[in-house]
Amino acid sequence: MLSYAVRRLLTAIPTLFVIIAVAFFMMRAAPGGPFDGERQLPEAIERNLRAHYHLDEPLVMQFGRYLGNILQGDFGPSFKYRDFTVNELLEAGFPVSLQIGGTAILLAVLIGTTAGAIAALRQNSAIDYSVMAVAMTGITIPNFVVAPFLTLVLGVYLSVLPVGGWGSLQQAILPTVALALPQIAYVSRLTRASMIEVLHTNYIRTARAKGLPEHVTITRHALKAALLPVVSYLGPATAAVITGSVVIETIFGIPGIGRYFVQAALNRDYTLVMGVVVLYASLIILLNLCVDLIYGYLDPKVRYD
Amino acid sequence: MTSLDSVPETAPLLAVDRLNTRFDTPEGEVAAVNDVSFTIQPGETIGIVGESGSGKSQVFLSIMGLLAINGRATGSVRFRGEEVLGIPRQRLNRIRGRHMSMIFQDPMTSLNPYLKVSQQLNEVLMQHMGLGQREATKRSIAMLDLVRIPEASRRIDMYPHEFSGGMRQRVMIAMALLCQPGLLIADEPTTALDVTVQAQILDVMEDLRCELQTAIVLITHDMGVIARLSDRVMVMYGGRVVETGPVQALFDHPQHPYTAGLLRAMPRVDRHGTSELYVIPGQPPNLQYLPAGCAYQDRCPHVHDRCLGDVPPLIATAPGRAKACFLDQIHSDA
Amino acid sequence: MTADSLSAPAAAPVRGRSLWDDALRRLLRNRAAVTAAVTLLMLAAVCLIGPLLSPHAIDQVYWDRLSLDAAAPSWDHWFGNDANGRDLMVRVFYGGQISLMVGLTATFVALIIGVTWGATAGFMGGQVDNIMMRIVDVMYSLPFMFFVILLMVFFGRNIFLIFVAIGAVEWLDMARIVRGQTLSLKRREFIEAARAAGVGTATIIRRHILPNTLGPVVVYTTLAVPKVILLESFISFLGLGVQEPLTSWGVLISEGAKEMETAPWMLIWPAIFLAISLFCLNFVGDGVRDALDPRDR
Repeated sequence: MLSYAVRRLLTAIPTLFVIIAVAFFMMRAAPGGPFDGERQLPEAIERNLRAHYHLDEPLVMQFGRYLGNILQGDFGPSFKYRDFTVNELLEAGFPVSLQIGGTAILLAVLIGTTAGAIAALRQNSAIDYSVMAVAMTGITIPNFVVAPFLTLVLGVYLSVLPVGGWGSLQQAILPTVALALPQIAYVSRLTRASMIEVLHTNYIRTARAKGLPEHVTITRHALKAALLPVVSYLGPATAAVITGSVVIETIFGIPGIGRYFVQAALNRDYTLVMGVVVLYASLIILLNLCVDLIYGYLDPKVRYD
Repeated sequence: MTSLDSVPETAPLLAVDRLNTRFDTPEGEVAAVNDVSFTIQPGETIGIVGESGSGKSQVFLSIMGLLAINGRATGSVRFRGEEVLGIPRQRLNRIRGRHMSMIFQDPMTSLNPYLKVSQQLNEVLMQHMGLGQREATKRSIAMLDLVRIPEASRRIDMYPHEFSGGMRQRVMIAMALLCQPGLLIADEPTTALDVTVQAQILDVMEDLRCELQTAIVLITHDMGVIARLSDRVMVMYGGRVVETGPVQALFDHPQHPYTAGLLRAMPRVDRHGTSELYVIPGQPPNLQYLPAGCAYQDRCPHVHDRCLGDVPPLIATAPGRAKACFLDQIHSDA
Repeated sequence: MTADSLSAPAAAPVRGRSLWDDALRRLLRNRAAVTAAVTLLMLAAVCLIGPLLSPHAIDQVYWDRLSLDAAAPSWDHWFGNDANGRDLMVRVFYGGQISLMVGLTATFVALIIGVTWGATAGFMGGQVDNIMMRIVDVMYSLPFMFFVILLMVFFGRNIFLIFVAIGAVEWLDMARIVRGQTLSLKRREFIEAARAAGVGTATIIRRHILPNTLGPVVVYTTLAVPKVILLESFISFLGLGVQEPLTSWGVLISEGAKEMETAPWMLIWPAIFLAISLFCLNFVGDGVRDALDPRDR
């Protein structure tokens, strides 16, 4: 299992390399540069600036230099926020994003599996239909619609929660909920479908034939198999939550790295964009590895060789 | 039609009276089991034969309370005198797995792939016999030995996917017999297995029958298996019992044209020559659109007007024998 | 064989029906799916015809309604006006045209790339298959939304690029599905027969493999359309997608969200239209899936 993990980590290296390369060259191939937006800089100053950031070197050399720096954990200075390094910005933003993202995933798993399992066990009942209707709503209505609506109703009309900003617990509620809702919906639909499928399997019939009480049949025989698809979904869920956080952080004005990313892209802040891409790509790769390992632990049929 | 039973000297283990099983499907109601009545005596082995779709499995899934969600069974099923049809699940769970067990056709999917064999065996003993973990494991290993699983004490801690198909079916049999039930229902226990493995499983069952004094219901479409293991046979067609009787008598003198057809379709070593294997013409009936009258009318070589209008009742023809065919008024033997 | 399949013993069809007849029958009996499809058609018709019947042009500014206090829904402007005094109803309809068009076109792009890629990989097998699917795997693990955003930022925000960007994200699933189907089909006798008869690879793929992968592909395509529309509005919401003078529901929602405290109608109307169409598309997609793959009832 350990060697499997190591091997997976090793195969992650080329993937990461491809991601960095694509992002790097795509950004450089695009017209425009980080110093375009401001008032026209005197030629000499701009040349100095470019030399300072090594932008005057051939692209390949720049890429090599960048890779070398990343290996040392150095993402370089931000082009836009001149007083900060990318590392400093990521260090400030990541815990914020992690907090709302992590909570959202946690909510999705807890609420989603419970609701989905209950719906499956009461298939075609009123509970089932209402859970599935809510889930369908959660999936179809995008969070950039849900978020303003929640803000409008709870924040503006009812004034029970703050509309934006960051720092207090109340301020975290709306963005977290808006981020979690679609994932809760996905997980509950997934759980319901797989639970129904498992309940129709032959081994559940065997468990019933053995005269086990229904709750034992469900918890011991059905639950684990029913939750395996949810475990597999955690990887894509993370990616979806990261994507969603871009919008949520923008809407609520949260100082996380999702918002940085959009602004940095608009500002052509090369190093910051790269930093965010590398960080999130590594995160997703790492999480997918964890998910595979958990899956292997849960499913005795998976062998690591 | 309990009057059919000619051997009432002991109380029957299982008495089924006018069992009907219906399924609601989007295409309409499916009549899977129609007015089936029979009894099983303690310790006897009864074979249930029929093509797929004859309702033979559904009879016993109804009895075990294992019907699919869209199915419902009516009538009466008494196990040791106690009604079991339609009783609350909690009460049923004190009977199934304890006094009445069932094994299924497909051993590859009938064991839970996510639990060790030991867990799946022990939970039966812990549930019904109130045993502790250690005592249960001991009994489970003993039972695996009994069904001749080599190195049982080591293999009990493995997962089902580490067993072969035949070994898994042995595990299923062991699991069903853990509490020494009065009745074991085996639903096509060998159908999914290789021929050589089939023989081994039948050996095991034959030995256990003698050893444990358990009544066995053997559901199969294989007349050969019936011939080898059963005392009595019940032939089903279109959700009904069409003929029943002691094995030898029924094989020698089938009284229903369908039974006769089944026997002719059976490959036999004693019938040499180049004779081609007989095949009953036509298809089994669609249980959703059962014809008025006898379900076998489309395929029966002896069909006559009366078969088209009335369902032939199951009537006793000799002690322990009965058939559902009008034919005896014309011929005495098919 | 599952316990469930025992539930309808011998319910063999009385007469032969083709898979597609059967599926259509099941689909038409699914009331939710039919209602959704009808709603969807009506909504699309309204978006197409509405602007033609409306007395307001998409870019016509009503100076008297320029202030948001005066822009609430009224008899002349049913949905109200936007922050620039333009009639919101016409803009919502136009936005709908764009959103639906992007949804269909980008799905089509994804379909073409995915089916070609998957069928080729599956049919060629061996090393080619390995490499092609490895590429798909690598692309799967990319944070793709980020690349779409980068693409939109760096290469101008034109609508053609939106198709490409979204198509490039969505084809991966399709490729996997088609490859799986192709692999299992490849070993079937009629393919062997065609090969033995000297039929070329491209023809076998086109004539024999693709028609037989149609079921899952249809299901996936119907479910991909709402995903694509969502993706487009997501990009547009960030201000990276559809640009003035064109508009889409995502753009309108984004504008509405900025003004929601004073002019909630600007958020509510496009949101309702987007939500309804996504709802309906998902219901139709689920209906198609259940009709073609009637496993759990």
